[in-house]
Amino acid sequence: MELFNPNSKIDFMRWRKVALGISAILMVISAAIIFVRGLDYGLDFTGGANIEVSYDSAIDVADVRAALTAGGFDKAVVQTYGGTNDFAIRIVADEQAETTEEATSAANDKIGNNVLKALRAARSDAKVKSSEFVGPQIGDELRNDGLVAVIFVIAGISIYLWIRFEWRFAVSAVASEIHDTLLTVAAFALTGREFDLPALAAVLSVVGYSINDKIVVFDRVREIFRSSRKGDPAEILNRSVNSTLSRTIMTGVTTALAVGTLYFLGGPALENFGLIMLIGIFIGIASSIFFANPVLLLLGVSKQDLMPVSKNDPELERRP
Amino acid sequence: MNDFPRWKHILVALVAVLGVLFAVPSLYQKQPAVQVLANKSGIVDEALKERALQALQQRKIEFQDVEIKDDRLLALFGNTDAQLAAASALRTDLGDNYTVALNLASTVPQWMRMIGANSMPLGLDLQGGVHFLMQVDQKSVLQSQEQRYVDDIRSLLRDKEIRNAKVDRGAQGIVIQASNAADRDKIAAAIGADLIDLNVTDGPSIGDSPTLIAKVKPERIKQIADNTIKQNVSTLRNRINSLGVAEPLIVQQGDSRIVVELPGLQDTAEAKRLLGATATLEYRAVDESVNVAEAVRTGSVPPDSRIYYFKDGRPAVLKKKVIVTGDELVDASSAADPQTGEPAVSVALNSAGARKMLDFTSQNVGKGMAVVLVERIPEVRIVDGKEVRSAKIEENIISLATIRGVFSNKFQTTGLESMKTASDLALLLRSGSLAAPVDIVEERVIGSTLGADNIRKGVTAVIVGLLLVVGFVAVYYKVFGLIADVALMMNLVLLVAILSIFQATLTLPGIAGIVLTLGMAIDANVLICERIREEQRNGMTPFAAIRGGYEKAWATILDANVTHLIAAFGLMTFGSGPIRGFAITLTIGILTSMFTSVTGTHSLVALIFGRSAKLKSLPV
Repeated sequence: MELFNPNSKIDFMRWRKVALGISAILMVISAAIIFVRGLDYGLDFTGGANIEVSYDSAIDVADVRAALTAGGFDKAVVQTYGGTNDFAIRIVADEQAETTEEATSAANDKIGNNVLKALRAARSDAKVKSSEFVGPQIGDELRNDGLVAVIFVIAGISIYLWIRFEWRFAVSAVASEIHDTLLTVAAFALTGREFDLPALAAVLSVVGYSINDKIVVFDRVREIFRSSRKGDPAEILNRSVNSTLSRTIMTGVTTALAVGTLYFLGGPALENFGLIMLIGIFIGIASSIFFANPVLLLLGVSKQDLMPVSKNDPELERRP
Repeated sequence: MNDFPRWKHILVALVAVLGVLFAVPSLYQKQPAVQVLANKSGIVDEALKERALQALQQRKIEFQDVEIKDDRLLALFGNTDAQLAAASALRTDLGDNYTVALNLASTVPQWMRMIGANSMPLGLDLQGGVHFLMQVDQKSVLQSQEQRYVDDIRSLLRDKEIRNAKVDRGAQGIVIQASNAADRDKIAAAIGADLIDLNVTDGPSIGDSPTLIAKVKPERIKQIADNTIKQNVSTLRNRINSLGVAEPLIVQQGDSRIVVELPGLQDTAEAKRLLGATATLEYRAVDESVNVAEAVRTGSVPPDSRIYYFKDGRPAVLKKKVIVTGDELVDASSAADPQTGEPAVSVALNSAGARKMLDFTSQNVGKGMAVVLVERIPEVRIVDGKEVRSAKIEENIISLATIRGVFSNKFQTTGLESMKTASDLALLLRSGSLAAPVDIVEERVIGSTLGADNIRKGVTAVIVGLLLVVGFVAVYYKVFGLIADVALMMNLVLLVAILSIFQATLTLPGIAGIVLTLGMAIDANVLICERIREEQRNGMTPFAAIRGGYEKAWATILDANVTHLIAAFGLMTFGSGPIRGFAITLTIGILTSMFTSVTGTHSLVALIFGRSAKLKSLPV
């Protein structure tokens, strides 16, 4: 089965200015969305309230969850706590701004009461044993570590591409990475979903997926540059994109099949992961075609830069 | 096509067999258990097993098995209620010499465990785990902070040349007894100027002498309390990480409590011991003015000194004032002393500690200095049917030596029992001594954070997703697609096997990561298949197309995977906690997929098409 014309000659580079313009505008809008609107961080990042409840007789965890969802606490984490009568419930606190101790404990009590109301609606023997503040799982310390990691990753990839290809490829790859990540995170922020640990893992995966995609195209660019006699950059970039097009889309489709099912069938635990990956794959494919190569062209990639380094002394070669 | 070497076929087959062998144990469920570990003086032997059996039978607690393994007693139960009852029974009956902890035991057959094949631990979200609630003893921090202010006030008075004033801690705060009213005002002014964290008020006169009462300001107390708990959380995190437990949960709860949750791990007793351990070193001056034997006999020592003992019972009289404590330590490592070969801990002090050490040693060359090991040993007693928790502090001199030269920030401490003691102490010192002692006030087995229905949904999605990918690839690339599918399954098996060998904790995001890795592993096959198609279009014979396809695709696959590996490796080295776990899965997935998608499929292709010489075209 073949879905793509193996001899397609679409002139992608003709639209490079339009494509780059659109990308630039989208990046600015995305940055604005992320910094102005911000992400709704989940319990993993913000901490919240830990409420211990107990029932007089056994009850199923699923029923406790259902009662909470009915009461408007759909993001609550419910765990059995020892036996089948005791449960621990963790909920993001709405009022994060409170700093004084009294205010926090008042806020905790309020949440405790609201939770009790929600639980009593389903079973009247629910009791709240305690309601206390819990800290975030990802504190500032871990957040800083994450930042260092991202900087290391960008530097490492740039150096590798610089050595294996050329500096223009490194710049283009890093620019595409930033482009893809910004757009993905912004699109996710617009959905208003909670940004939790699986979501963070998904963003990191988008970074990995996107770099993978660019390298395949770059590899073909290098190959065609080296083997072709004429070295018209725009034409060669077009050929590279066209000949890797079926692969770019096929890999996109298989990966999207895997993560798409996570989004549609995975339930609350995997929805975020699947959604971010779906968005990321789509943006990754688009930027492999419309962003990474135009950037290369803009930076002035040429045949000479990609030829294997001549072993002869360049001084000697210039002599007649 | 005979250019695929035989040894590669054998390698692929061998890896597949080993992969299955090490992946299978993950199908076995874990079982509720109670683990007993000996403390210092206890030993785990048949007698202990008898006592444990008796304790369980007396209370009619149903158990499945009680066994001794690797110096540990393990009791297995059918449900968590029996497990909880048994834990409290054993705790009461076995006493303080043993650490009793809840655990989830592996049910993997013995012969598999013998070769190191174990099931993958499941994360807190999938299976739940063991929950510890720890109470931070804020009071003791405040006390030691007050003691520090007492020292500061004393040295302030010395600097300002105010004599005959007494400074001590009292019930209401720090009490300063001045010799006259003028001095009192001078002291109040000096404290107000230099020690801004103290509130000074006039106190009732004691006899003729007027007093001042200095209290630590409430905002400072709050700040100390905040710092204490933050530091404790990060210390506990260091300790848990050093145990190698992936994906623990360590968070602050309320003002003075910390929650630690460990996914069903191998050794909860060890974890528990490490969590509560508070060992620290104190460097103290030897009081040279007293005769030790005399002091021990009469029991009278100068008011600023005290009798301390070595582990073997030898006494020594040391000053109460500490020169340097473990808080002022920035690094510690265990090593053998280069001259004597004795186990030693080398420590490095921060600048404040180094200055104090320099001051002390330069004034006291030729005099003695002792190193005291302070340990806090938690005790649980049952009084009127309720657990009463307390802790006893054990202080032992581990070394006493004459100061031969001046030193400041780096030095060595010897006199430890064994290399194990030295490395344990170094670990505790390095992971930061806890800013305040913690006591485990609650220990429970908790259920998974995700409900059973959510886990079921997640698992269904994962299976459906994989089937879709497999089906799609088979339809699109025909026989080559089917070969890629076989390689994909082998990749999944290998991934599970390697994660089990590393005992990486499996969480739902981790499963999502595995699915993603598999989705992307197909990429290598897509590249190869597309290349083979291209070569065929360019008029190559089937064999040449296969060879060309694999050769040309390999360069691309390598570049793409190396960059991807750099990304994963960066996250693994610098990221921490859950990010790290995800990166480990990704890294292993990239490596296994390079093997299965390229070498694995090539081997199958060679087996299937290598023998038919009359092949006209390839089913790709």
